[in-house]
Amino acid sequence: MRYSGFKVLKEALTGHKGWTPAWRDPAPKSHYDFIIVGGGGHGLATAYYLAKIFAKSSIAVLEKGWIGGGNVGRNTTIIRSNYLLDGNEPFYEFSMKLWEGLEQDFNFNAMVSQRGVLNLCHTDAQRDAFRRRGNAMRLNGVDAELLDTEGVRRMAPFLNFDNARFPIKGGLLQPRGGTVRHDAVAWGYARGADSRGVDIIQNCEVTGFRIENGVCKGVDTSRGYIGAGRIGVAVAGSSSRVMAKAGLRLPIESHVLQAFVSEGLKPLLPGVITYGAGHFYVSQSDKGGLVFGGDIDGYNSYAQRGNLPVVEDVCEGGMSLMPMIGRAKLLRMWGGIMDMSMDGSPIIDRTDIDGLFFNGGWCYGGFKATPASGWCFAHLLATGTPHETATAYRFDRFRKGLMIDEKGMGAQPNLH
Amino acid sequence: MIIPHPLLGPRDSQEFTYLGDASLIDRPDWQAEGAVDLFHDYLYLRDNPAGAHRELWFHEQGDRSWLVVTRDTVTHEIISAELARDVARARGRSK
Repeated sequence: MRYSGFKVLKEALTGHKGWTPAWRDPAPKSHYDFIIVGGGGHGLATAYYLAKIFAKSSIAVLEKGWIGGGNVGRNTTIIRSNYLLDGNEPFYEFSMKLWEGLEQDFNFNAMVSQRGVLNLCHTDAQRDAFRRRGNAMRLNGVDAELLDTEGVRRMAPFLNFDNARFPIKGGLLQPRGGTVRHDAVAWGYARGADSRGVDIIQNCEVTGFRIENGVCKGVDTSRGYIGAGRIGVAVAGSSSRVMAKAGLRLPIESHVLQAFVSEGLKPLLPGVITYGAGHFYVSQSDKGGLVFGGDIDGYNSYAQRGNLPVVEDVCEGGMSLMPMIGRAKLLRMWGGIMDMSMDGSPIIDRTDIDGLFFNGGWCYGGFKATPASGWCFAHLLATGTPHETATAYRFDRFRKGLMIDEKGMGAQPNLH
Repeated sequence: MIIPHPLLGPRDSQEFTYLGDASLIDRPDWQAEGAVDLFHDYLYLRDNPAGAHRELWFHEQGDRSWLVVTRDTVTHEIISAELARDVARARGRSK
C-alpha cells in the first residue's frame, strides 16, 4: 500500500477500514542468500538497500525482540555531518544526503527536519578548532558557518551569554543538520524492505553461528537453524556478545548513555544546540519536550539505565547554558547501550570468517549514520568490497595505526 | 554505585575514575615472539562480557590506589574490590 495525502483523506471518509499491516510476519525459511542479524535502524536499512539498490532477493532480518526496540528508539534523534577527519566526513555527508531524500525514497513520513545544529564555543582556542573543523567540512562540500557572539544571540537569545567563566564566543552552525523521528526511520525501512520481499523475522534470537572450515554457513536461532550465503551482523550495543558466539573479540566496550525529555513546552529552541564547556546538548521535539543528554556514564554496562552522578552532570550543564531549563519538569529519562570503539569511529568490514560480516562500533553517533551505514553495509555484503565512503572503517586500522580518532583520546573508549 | 575499598571501606564511585578491563594489568613482554600481535590484542581487544566483569578503578579523589573491582555489567552490582597491587603481584608482576 502506498501512503499519500489522498489515501489519508479517503480513509478518513471511509472509517479507516482500508489500512493494512505495514509489514508481514513471515515464518523463517530454511535458507536465505543474505541474513541480517539485528532488526534495528542499521539492520533494516541494510536489508532495504540490499533489496532496492543492489537488487538482491532472498533476504531475512532476524531480530531478537521487536524491530526498532533497541537504540534506534532510544537515541536523541539528531542528524549532522560536522566531522573533521577524512575517514569520517564523506561518509556522514553521504548519510546526510540520504536523509534529505529519505521520505520520498521509502514513502514514509520520518519527519526529517533540517533545523540546524549549533555547536557553541567558549574560548578563543575552541573557536580556532571550530574554524578548522568548519573548513574541513567545506572542503568536503558540506555546509558550515562560523557565528560570532551576536550571530548566536540572534538565533538563541535565551542562552546564558553573561557566564563569566564560560562566555559564549560564537558557534559552528551546520544549517542542514537537524532531527528525525527515530521510530519512523525503523518502520519506514522495515516497510520498504518488506514490500521488496525481505522477510523480517521478530522474536528470533541468534544463539550461535555454524562455522565449518572457516566459512560461516548459517545461524542457530531460537526458531531453528537458518542457512545463509552471507551473514551481516548489525547489533551495535551488543556487538561483543553476538560476535563472541562466532569466537571473535572486538575492539569495543559497551557503555550506557542516558537521555532525558522534559514536559512539553511551547516552541522554544530553533534547532539543536550543544554546549562547548560541559557535555550537554538539547533540541526540542515536535511534541514540545526538550530532548537532551550529555556524556556516557563511563564504565562498562549492559543495563540500559545509568546512575545519578551523570544525571546531575547533565542538569548542571543545562542550567549553566540555558538557566530557564530549571523551570521545566523532567518527564522521562532512560539509557541506551553504546558500542564504544577504541578510536571513537565505527567498523563496517568483513571478518576473518568467510561469509560473516560486521557492522558496529557506532559509539553514540549511530543514529545519524543509519542510511549510509545501511547502504555501505549492503554494498559490502552484495559486492564484497567496501563502499567508497566507508573504506576507512576496517578492523585492521588498529593494527596499521590508521585510527580515526576525532577526539584524539587514544584507545580509551569511555573518553570518546 | 558504592565501591567497598579494601582499606577505606565503602566509597562513592564518583571518587574514582574508570580505566577498563583488568586484563590491562597483563601487559605483554615487548621482547616476546610476536610482540606486535600481543600488543595489538592487549591494547585494542576486549572481552566486554554481560555479567561479572573485572575492571580497574583509580581512587583519584581518595588514597590514589588502583583497585580491581568485580562488578555485574547488567545490574551494576559490585561484587568485590581488591587492591590492584595485590592482584598484579599474585600474577607474578613486580617481583
